[in-house]
Amino acid sequence: MPTPEPKLLRWTLIGLALLGLAALVVLPLLLVLIEAFSEGWPAWREAVTDEETLSAIRLSLAVAAVAVPLNTVAGLAAAWALARFRFRGRGLLLTLLDLPLSISPVVSGLLFVLLFGAQGWLGPWLQERDIQVLFAFPGLVLATTFVTLPLVARELLPLLEALGPEEEIAAITLGASPWQLLWQVVLPRLRWGLVYGVILCTARALGEFGAVSVVSGHIRGETCTLPLHIEVLHSEYHFQAAFAAASLLSLVGLLGLLARRVVGARIGKAH
Amino acid sequence: MSRPHNPLPGLSLSLGVTWVWLGLLVVVPIAALIAKTAGLSAGQWFDILSDPRVISSVRLSLGASALAALIDGVLGLLLAWVLVRYPFPGRSLADAAVDLPFALPTAVAGIALTALYAYDGWLGRILQGQLGLKVAFAPAGIVLALTFVGLPFVVRTLQPILKGLDPELEQAAVCLGATPAQTFWRVTLPQLRPALLTGTTMAFARAVGEYGSVVFISGNLPGKTEIAPLLIVTRLEQYDYLGATAIACWLLLLATTVLVLVNWLQNRRNSLAGQHV
Repeated sequence: MPTPEPKLLRWTLIGLALLGLAALVVLPLLLVLIEAFSEGWPAWREAVTDEETLSAIRLSLAVAAVAVPLNTVAGLAAAWALARFRFRGRGLLLTLLDLPLSISPVVSGLLFVLLFGAQGWLGPWLQERDIQVLFAFPGLVLATTFVTLPLVARELLPLLEALGPEEEIAAITLGASPWQLLWQVVLPRLRWGLVYGVILCTARALGEFGAVSVVSGHIRGETCTLPLHIEVLHSEYHFQAAFAAASLLSLVGLLGLLARRVVGARIGKAH
Repeated sequence: MSRPHNPLPGLSLSLGVTWVWLGLLVVVPIAALIAKTAGLSAGQWFDILSDPRVISSVRLSLGASALAALIDGVLGLLLAWVLVRYPFPGRSLADAAVDLPFALPTAVAGIALTALYAYDGWLGRILQGQLGLKVAFAPAGIVLALTFVGLPFVVRTLQPILKGLDPELEQAAVCLGATPAQTFWRVTLPQLRPALLTGTTMAFARAVGEYGSVVFISGNLPGKTEIAPLLIVTRLEQYDYLGATAIACWLLLLATTVLVLVNWLQNRRNSLAGQHV
């Protein structure tokens, strides 16, 4: 690669780029960690084991425990259908699959309010039967599932396309049952893509704020997920506690980043 | 794949699962939105959208997003350039840091940026105390948060293109006596322009709908620092579903118009350039 620029210019550009990156991206992360531990380990531990924080963590994990398996199984099915077959409506399916990523989180939440709210399509019917969707666990799950919907499918689809169907066709020709094909050929080859997709999906599910905020109703101890609980703590000026809770979510995000690096390298090698 | 016979099993099962999943979670909710919008009369539309609070929040959202996308374009180009072309200590760490806005939950980014740029924050103290520039709880804070969420889109779109550029074109320019500045503006940048535009467009689209990272730093003063997604949430909290839906559709429509316009300008530019060759 030619670098005809003078040395001074080169280092000025490096300096400016790193300065911008630090002020915009790196310092916020450092600040979260420093503020979280600003009053020492015991204060951090106390903040994250506070009863309300623990219930927010439990709720977030419970929501992710429904949303992630759902999007994983359905995402695998969608990737298989889209990568291995040509059928009518394939383009429409691809568009629908990408839609949740291009919609504002607030509008994603709004969709479910319009469906299940008191003035919504299903609202009156649900009210008669005393079923609570909005401002309750099902609403949180729906909004989270919607927002994270394409993440696993979007990892698996390009991977399946790159791997090609030859090995699978060979297995079927040699008499493998569909079940054997899935467990002994398809899944082992998709392993790392699946791991990364699930990690990405889980991280997003735990950290989702906008869509969940709209459908949650912010009932303390009942419908406050961890990100919503951080908002509550912050608005009540419990800054250290807010940053302690935020440090947990940052850790999840950083794990996702790390997984991307490690798994990305593995997928690259497998090709 | 125009294979005469596809021996692989599972099409009907996987397609069935996919349609049920997307149908219940995407098609039905979107249909509810469309039905709600179709139920609005022209008069209702006008009443909702001519509210000064709606006008100023939509203007703020689009303006701040455009400015943030512009800053992302400049900073993103600089970062992609440095990361691809110059070896320096810590380069792979800096490269990993570019993904942080994707990885950090928006609420975490929101409280962190607010604390950093508040009048007593690490950077706010310098900006506000010494330079008199108020960032947190002011429009500048909104632009800052939107710049944060959009940055990786520009860098990650530009990097592969920059890596794949043919070095011979630049070498030829240098051999023919071009200065580094001339080489950059006349030879390198034109090759990067489509990717730069794609990246900034993605950053803009993401910024228009962004909520979590902005609400903490913006101060949320109606008419001054209230972005459109926040106004949608406010309307919903007042059980004004119609108002919220109308603003959401209006925002979607305006943002799409901007994106189509940018695309059209780019295509026209390409076809004009094609005519000269």
